[in-house]
This record gives sequence, C-alpha cells and structure tokens, in this order.
Amino acid sequence: MSAQTWAREFVHRQRRGAELFLLILSLVVGIGGYAAVGIGVEQKVPADIVGYGGWLAVLIIGAHIVVRFVAPYADPVLLPLVAMLNGLGLAVIRRLDLAAGATQNDGFAKQQLIWMTLGVVLFAGTLIGLRDHRIMQRFTYTSGLAAVVLLLLPMLPGIGKDINGARIWIHVGPLSFQPGELAKVLLVIAFAGYLVLHRDALALAGRRVAGIDLPRGRDLGPILAMWLISLMILVRQSDLGSSLLFFGLFVIMLYVATERRGWIIVGGGLFLVGAVAAAKLISHVSARVDIWLHPFNHYQTTAGPHSDQLVESMFGMAWGGLLGRGFGNGSPYRISYANSDFIIGAIGEELGLATVLAVILCYGLIVERGLRTAIICRDDFGKLLSVGLASSFALQVFVVVGGVTRLIPLTGLTTPFLSYGGSSLVANWVIVALLLRISDQARRPLPDLSFSASDEATQVVKLP
Amino acid sequence: MSELTLFLIRIAFLAILWIFVLSAVSVVRSDMFGARVSDGAATASPRAAKKSKKQPKPAKPRRGAPTHVLVVEGRSQGERADLSKAPILIGRGADAAIVLDDDYVSTRHARIASSGDQWFVEDLGSTNGTYIGSVRINQPTAIAIGTRVRIGKTILELRK
Repeated sequence: MSAQTWAREFVHRQRRGAELFLLILSLVVGIGGYAAVGIGVEQKVPADIVGYGGWLAVLIIGAHIVVRFVAPYADPVLLPLVAMLNGLGLAVIRRLDLAAGATQNDGFAKQQLIWMTLGVVLFAGTLIGLRDHRIMQRFTYTSGLAAVVLLLLPMLPGIGKDINGARIWIHVGPLSFQPGELAKVLLVIAFAGYLVLHRDALALAGRRVAGIDLPRGRDLGPILAMWLISLMILVRQSDLGSSLLFFGLFVIMLYVATERRGWIIVGGGLFLVGAVAAAKLISHVSARVDIWLHPFNHYQTTAGPHSDQLVESMFGMAWGGLLGRGFGNGSPYRISYANSDFIIGAIGEELGLATVLAVILCYGLIVERGLRTAIICRDDFGKLLSVGLASSFALQVFVVVGGVTRLIPLTGLTTPFLSYGGSSLVANWVIVALLLRISDQARRPLPDLSFSASDEATQVVKLP
Repeated sequence: MSELTLFLIRIAFLAILWIFVLSAVSVVRSDMFGARVSDGAATASPRAAKKSKKQPKPAKPRRGAPTHVLVVEGRSQGERADLSKAPILIGRGADAAIVLDDDYVSTRHARIASSGDQWFVEDLGSTNGTYIGSVRINQPTAIAIGTRVRIGKTILELRK
C-alpha cells in the first residue's frame, strides 16, 4: 500500500536537458582523451580530430535524440555514463594502436568506432522497435532456447574456432563473433520470464538450518540445470568468465525473485564445488589459479604457464601511481592484449588510480541506475529484467577488474564498453537500450484515472 | 612539447573526467530528491470539480471508439454498462456499475476509465486479481475493443 501511495505522489521529471548536459561533458572526455593521446604520443593534435570528434558527436547526439522522441521519461544518467566509458575506451585503444605502429586508418580504434556505430544503431533500433518491455515476456522460452543454441554454436566444426585456448568464437566468412555476448542478453530475458511465473513455488521453504530456510529439494531442478550448463561451458569451451557470469546471474535473479537467502547458500555451495573441482581437474583453470597465487614464479619463464600479462599490468599500475604517467609516457604496450582483457591495467598506468576509480564509480552508477529502475518499475517482469541486466554489468566488471588487480583468478571477460571487442560492445549497447526502455515505462506518470469528487464523497459518508 | 604542458594536459583530463563523474552523481541526487509531488493529492478537489462539471455532457463518441462494456463469459453473461458513465466500477458490491454474480470477484474489484482516447482497466486491490490474457495486471493497463479482461470466472470486453 505504501509503495503505491509513493508511486502516486511522485512524478519523475523527464530530465532530458540534464542528459544532454552530461552527454556533452562525456563528449569532452572522449574527444579530449583522443586529443591528449595525439599530443602525448606524437607531440601534435591528431590530424583527424575533427572527423573523429564529429563522428563521435553524431553518434552520441543521435542516440540522445532517439531517446528524446521514443523514451522521454528514461533515466537521464545511463546514456552519458555509457558514452563516456565508450569514448575513454576508444582513446586508450587508439593509444595502444599508436604504440603498435598503426596509422590513422587501420588499427583497433577505427574498428571499435565502427562497432560502436553498429551498437548505437542497434540501440536506436531496440528503443524504436520495442515500445513495451513486457512484450519480451512472451518470448521467455524462445529466447532461452536461442541462448542455448548460440552458446553451442562455437562447438560446431567449421564455424567454431579456438582462439587463445577458449572456444567461444564463430566465423562466418570474414566476420567473427562471440555468440556468448548475445546469449547473455537472451538468458537474462529467459530467466526473468521463467522466474516471474515460477517464483511462488521456488519461494516455498524447506528445512530450516541455522536460522535460514533452505529451499525444498524438489525445487532444486532449475538451479542444478543452470549449474550443469555453466560447468559444460567451462569444460567444453574453457571459458571461465562466461560460465561464472551465467551462473552468478541466475543465482542473483533467483534470490531477487524469491527473497530467500537459502538460494544464495545453495548457489554459493554449488559454485564452490564447481570451482574447486575445476581448479583441481581442468589444467587450463588450475594454471590460472597458480598464476593468480604466484604470479612472479611464472614471469618470463620459457616453459609452463607464464604470467607476463598479469605481472606487466601490475608493474604498469604501480608505476602509474595516483595520477598516472600521462598518455605517451607509460609503456602499456608491454601487456599483451592490453586493449581487451587488460584495458584497466593500461588505464592504471597512463591515467592513474584517479581514473581507474572514476571508471569503477561510473560502473557503480550504471548498476545503481539499473537497480533503481527495478525498484520503481511497476511490473514484476520488468523488475527482474532490470535487476538481471544491471547485475550482468556488476558481475562482469567485478570479474574483470578483480582479475586484473589480482583479487580473484583471471578470467576472460571483456570490460563493458571500454575493451576492444565488437560482440561485447554491441550487446552492451542493446542492454542499455533495454534498461532505458524499462526505466521509461517505470518513470512515466500513471494515466490520470482518479475517481470524480462525488464518488469520493460517497466513500467518506460510508466510513464510520 | 614541454614536460609542463604534458603535465597540465594530464591534470586537465583528470579534472574533466571527475567533473563528469560528479555531475552525474549530482543528477542522480537531484533525481532522487527533486521529483515533484504530483498535483493529484494537493489540488485534487478543484480538478475533480472541473471534471464533475464536465461530466453531464459526455463527449460524442468518435467513430470506431468503444461504447459499452459487455460481459462475454461467466454467470452474469450479457450484462453491460455504457462507457459514457465512466469510470465504470466492476465488482460484487451493489454500488458497482456491473454487478457480477461470481464468488471469485471482490466487492470493488476493478474499474474501467479513460485517459485521452485510451481506455484503461485498473485493479482496485482485489483478492484474486484482474487478468489480461494470462498476465495479472498491477497498474492501469490500456485495453482496446475485443481485449479480454478476466475477473474471477468472468470475462469482459469493450464493444462498439
């Protein structure tokens, strides 16, 4: 009742002006970063700064205009945060391109900008094409099935391919794509639709142990199935990151849907069993754990696992200190794959702890906006969907940044919006579009259906 | 490029970045506390009064617009109410515009009202809920001609 009163009393403002202001600031960060890279590395402002800046500005302002027209009540902070992270990522990737000796027209930054264009187009398409997020509830099982098919695609001989020990890519002609990124979005939709329907049964309490109600044994089916799927991804595709992400997502959404702490205990227990078994039995995983615990034992070794990537990144971050070396004065190119897995290490070296903290704060804000959307959302499916999408960011950032800073063993996930990687960038733009669509629905004022005065008067007379 | 210039550029970049982050935080903050209270509660009476003044002359229904609600399934099948008397209260109670003889229906169960050209059905906190298709509604939901609204064991539709 109180929640309903609250929803009636407060009307969210559209705040599109605030969004535009923040977007312009984010453009200054993105284009300023690009200019600073040129000045730092080549001692001159890059020749294509106008073309580059113009392209970035068109993309960002275009996204803003789409939001203004089709989702006027959407959250004002999400889009600027994403634009800022994307712009910063482009500048850092450009810096690494220059170190690798790429010219203006090739290199990863150029490709990343093309992927970003595709991402923004899909962002706009999602917002325009999907006017009500509740429609997605109809495709619960379809999207679950599609996600499983996408996850299995890399296993097919012919189109699947091993890259760096993980079998998560598909190649069709000249294009390569990580279907797992798209599967992530579809799985969240499937989880949300499934849990909305079945949460009453899943919330029933079973045995009570140490003050916490454990779920009933017969309800363990879904979580066990999800656990097995995650283990299968781990064993067959050697993809530690995705396996952790999918299982974590399911446990979080299960907990949010049922409000039972027992599920976290069951999920955490299953995770521990899986993690310990994987660390003992799978050589790929046990090497990662060994590198995590003793990175310096494997630095520049000739045989066995080598930890150069992690150690170089730690050297870099230590050298960067609080304010960083400045663009061009560090040597982030010493880290292999600095532009994808270790972009946080490269940022830590040249831009310092101050920037790393700002970046992590931005991710925190993205997650906060997602959870806030879930709180004010009026339908259960939308609530669960936005919790799932927000926690996919939270898990992904925790796993990547935790891996780079040696809090947890390193796993191969991309840093959302910062890292080079087309599939991940495009999928994350679609996730932001979905979050904006839900928040637009949630913040939109309710249609005015108040009873007429005479009706209210009758009610008052009836009261004792 | 001198050392000092590079240092200044570095500091300027960090400053812009943090200005961005802090402005984002301040927008979040104003979003939390700055939402204005809707005029629903404070100015309810003048607006309602204006509405009741308007009510005696219902607007001429547009072509293609629904004119009445019809019970199409259930024990009260065939019962109807004119949409010109909106909002229409549906329930088991005597004050409802459509009185349903159905044990699964609450006294004041749901109502149908319009906002602009659009008709909405809203659940009034009933025990068994109001459904559109298989989905239980928990906010005013737009309905069109032929949308089947299920209340207890009864199904209602908007008709022309």
